[in-house]
Amino acid sequence: MEITVQEFKHCDMITIKGRVDSSTAPQLAQALESANDGGKYKLVVNMADLEYMSSAGFRALLAAQRNSKRYNRGEVVLAAVPERIREALELAGFTELFKTFDDSLLAVGHF
Amino acid sequence: MEGCRLQPYLAEAALICRMQSVRYAAKFEFLDEIRDFVGEIARQGGFGDKDVYNIQLATDEAASNIIEHAYDGIRDGVLDLSCGMEKDVMTIILIDYGIPFDPSAIPMPNLKADLSERKIGGLGIFLMRKLMDEVHYDPRPDKSNVLTMIKRKR
Repeated sequence: MEITVQEFKHCDMITIKGRVDSSTAPQLAQALESANDGGKYKLVVNMADLEYMSSAGFRALLAAQRNSKRYNRGEVVLAAVPERIREALELAGFTELFKTFDDSLLAVGHF
Repeated sequence: MEGCRLQPYLAEAALICRMQSVRYAAKFEFLDEIRDFVGEIARQGGFGDKDVYNIQLATDEAASNIIEHAYDGIRDGVLDLSCGMEKDVMTIILIDYGIPFDPSAIPMPNLKADLSERKIGGLGIFLMRKLMDEVHYDPRPDKSNVLTMIKRKR
């Protein structure tokens, strides 16, 4: 798994490549936490190159969403979610907790 | 049969022998290999991409739970994974020797709960049950815990 962070004027984009499981999810959680710690609460998680995500990844996303939405200071949105991952998120009832966008730039434009 | 190691503590030795078995150290770093192992057998067995992904996800969730909970605070734990196809039925067996952890004792997560109420615990087990046709858990007197998951080809 590889994570890159890009700063935009109104939000930050966190791009995840590869596979997120119990082994790699702590890195994702840390990337999201350090964005929040840096005062960034408007976050796009770009999943275009994400191959796999287990519930360990869902847990990291949920924690970040909770923290980001506190005091209405922002939110985490998901972009370019691959079909298999979207199905798993749906099954877990997560699609109701996150706005999703087909394209990462549409997601950036949301903020 | 290549890859077959008879597990003497299993009554299902005959079944196991038609399966491929691998012993892994119970560490998250092996989840990649565990997913590749079941994914390859599922693909060879004729499952489509969606089923292969879901079988890998269910097995990952099962193995993650074992590593996190059955071996909580225990080093050097092992996880025996057996996997095979019989006609249109794929059977995956995960055996650990840690703390018994009964998936059926875990309440179903409330998927309608809002953000602040949402609990992440139990989500892995929920996904296993949803993605596979059958999930059975059998803690045995010999201190092995046997988790069996079945997926049928449609």
